[in-house]
Amino acid sequence: MAGKKKLPLSGNTAIAYAVKAADVDVISAYPITPQTTIVEKLTEFVANGELDAEVIHVESEHSALSAAVGASAAGARVFTASSSQGIALMYEIMFIASSMRLPIVMAMATRALSAPINIWNDHSDFMAASDTGWVMMMAHTNQEAHDDIILAYKIAEHPDVLLPVITAIDGYFMSHTIEPVEPIEREEALKFIPKKVTWSVLDPDNPVTMGPLGTPEWYYEFKRQQHEAMKKAREVFDEATKEFEKVFGRRYEPVEYFMMDDAEYALVAMGSVAGNVKAYIVKEARKRGIKLGLIRVKLFRPFPAEEIMEVISNLKAVGVIDRALAFGSSYGGPLYGDILSAAYTRGVDTPIVNFVAGLGGRPVTFRDIKAMVDATLALDGKTRKDVPKEPYFIGVRE
Amino acid sequence: MGRFEIRWHGRGGMGAVTAAELTAMAAVKTGYYAVAFPEFGAERRGAPVKAYTRIDDEPIYEKTPIEEPDAVVVLDSSMVGQEAVLHGLKSGGWYIANTARDPEEVRKIIGRDDVKVATVNATKLAMEVFKAPIVNTAMIGALVAATGIVPLEKVEEAVRDRFPERYVDPNIKLLRQAYESVRKVV
Repeated sequence: MAGKKKLPLSGNTAIAYAVKAADVDVISAYPITPQTTIVEKLTEFVANGELDAEVIHVESEHSALSAAVGASAAGARVFTASSSQGIALMYEIMFIASSMRLPIVMAMATRALSAPINIWNDHSDFMAASDTGWVMMMAHTNQEAHDDIILAYKIAEHPDVLLPVITAIDGYFMSHTIEPVEPIEREEALKFIPKKVTWSVLDPDNPVTMGPLGTPEWYYEFKRQQHEAMKKAREVFDEATKEFEKVFGRRYEPVEYFMMDDAEYALVAMGSVAGNVKAYIVKEARKRGIKLGLIRVKLFRPFPAEEIMEVISNLKAVGVIDRALAFGSSYGGPLYGDILSAAYTRGVDTPIVNFVAGLGGRPVTFRDIKAMVDATLALDGKTRKDVPKEPYFIGVRE
Repeated sequence: MGRFEIRWHGRGGMGAVTAAELTAMAAVKTGYYAVAFPEFGAERRGAPVKAYTRIDDEPIYEKTPIEEPDAVVVLDSSMVGQEAVLHGLKSGGWYIANTARDPEEVRKIIGRDDVKVATVNATKLAMEVFKAPIVNTAMIGALVAATGIVPLEKVEEAVRDRFPERYVDPNIKLLRQAYESVRKVV
């Protein structure tokens, strides 16, 4: 199986290699666990002369993203990375980056939000960013984490898109786990993502103001354009992944289907827990004759509602795994909220149930997945009116 | 070969995490799929540390801690006999310890007749080579000698890739010495 040129890389290192291959001009970041080793590796590349980039050491994540906005507005290819409280502190500037239409790429090593302080993995930080106007995707192997950076610049800098992109991996479960990765070399990366300034930039010879006051007369149109750009991002994602496959031989879809061809039931998941579900399907469910498959959401914004519903509409029952909570919402977990509204607007009647699991780094074990599968199977022959109105909290002490 | 799962037990600073990674690197070089990861968030010098290596000839999907290892490797002699180390170790699995004791004695201490035991005095070897009890490469030598999970030369390749040049030769020396001097009872 050993492919050519495979290196054993952690998720964070795999991301750093891709950022180097993308030949970024500016790296602006502030250290935070579990992201830190991404930027640590990048500064090593810069110090060794392997990457000719400006590293801006800042005093906070708010400043990290502000500097990234400034550098991108000056026409630089920019990278930043963060996690958890860092994302929370960036929140203000995240909206500004997307509405100024700056193609910044940010890697996120996902982590729980305080309080209590918790450095371990869940999707609270990722989901908190879901309405900031960034294109968002989440990998579930280190190879994918690496490739996503290259795809991200392709999408972000496309003239029809011009939106910042978040590429996420699960903190620790991926950021600190070593897997074989085939790195993309700079030369081949730059053929795929040539360095060309496709967005409006500051130019002393032709002065413009970026991010000025938008009065009620204008503001709304900006927002509508962002909405359209997000729809374009989906088209560009599809083009980019097709071209990526031609060049690099690896295929990515907005949604990955695992053993879904003959499936009657499915779990929907994102990130590393999708790997645990795959292992459970192969080692447990299928051996017991349960026709279970996995729907892994890779592209989260824009949300791939059509294809997910097309598959779900043929199933007997579906369970959605959330690794974050939308407190006080009508649904429970944020991923479930997206799935439910997609089902409503597409007239899909399949019973769909919600599981919240693995908050703050609690492992999602086979026992947990079995509990989810049992609850999903119990909805066989039921209607959506029979679906519990509260999520199942899996693996929690009551 | 199927699946082979290793759990490493040490204290912060002994190199358990690096040992897990080097073993995964050697496995990938051998042609297997492999992943390695630390027990997350325990990076403090002197604190008990766990790290994990999963090796398979099929792709590895799950990203969960190893609960039923095929081998446990104990980097700190004071941990020999601890329940946490023995936890979940498969019947027929390997208990590989850094200790001056012989393997029969360790088997008595842990009270498991159904596991294979290998011992090496890695601290002594490491003190001779490094003047410091950095035992990780020695314990990989012991693991490889006992289980044959990967060839020794693939570990040496991984060591060359991983360490700065000045640390390569002493680590390979230590690796080989441990490989040669391991004692086992099966």
